[in-house]
Amino acid sequence: MTGPPDPGLQPERTRLAWRRTALALTVVMVLTVRLALTGDTAGTGDTARTGDTVGALLGGAAVLGWGAALRLCWRRATGTGPARAYGRALPLVALATAGFAGFGALLVVRGLG
Amino acid sequence: MVEMWQVIRRWFDPRELRSVGSTPDYRFSLANERTFLAWLRTGLALVAGGLAAAQFLPPLPLAHLREVIAVALLLLGGTVAVRAVDHWARTERAIRLGEELPASRFPAVLALAVGLGALLLVVAVLVRAVGDR
Repeated sequence: MTGPPDPGLQPERTRLAWRRTALALTVVMVLTVRLALTGDTAGTGDTARTGDTVGALLGGAAVLGWGAALRLCWRRATGTGPARAYGRALPLVALATAGFAGFGALLVVRGLG
Repeated sequence: MVEMWQVIRRWFDPRELRSVGSTPDYRFSLANERTFLAWLRTGLALVAGGLAAAQFLPPLPLAHLREVIAVALLLLGGTVAVRAVDHWARTERAIRLGEELPASRFPAVLALAVGLGALLLVVAVLVRAVGDR
């Protein structure tokens, strides 16, 4: 880092905020993969859809989306210096979140079928 | 419609954002970024709630009520995330131009929606508890 130290530790706080966001994304990814693999079983132990190929593919897609979003979070979390360009990380991570929302809705509807 | 696409294109184009006004104290930009991230985590929490509702709620007496709750939470989470980018970009623009920060009714609307949903569920739980006795 360049310049005088910031007593408010703003860059550090921002980096930690990116880490927390990455953690939240991971929780969402795990829940999405579980829903994709087991179908809508409501924790009843009914795993009728377990092993379903489409479910495995959907789960894989969720993991890929999570990986891409996590990469962006990690770049921002480990970047140095306050004078970073705005970049596309913010809209892209928000897009990933909206994507998980839409994907989850799709999986819930699929569980009804 | 064209205007909407322009707004969306602007979110993804950092050069455009940097071309207006003057570069502010970086601490303001970082604070704006953290506010965006806090909103994003709020959205992620709603998405996680929706995913958990679909998987861990027992089937409810009303047909598909569980799925309706799950999809509603998921859509709310997605909306929060999209709104977060829009608000971040508009705030950044205002900071760079030295204008008033954009006002928003969204936090109040979200709080009311979540509060109302919680109230409905409390009523549902109480009705069920009384019915079971």
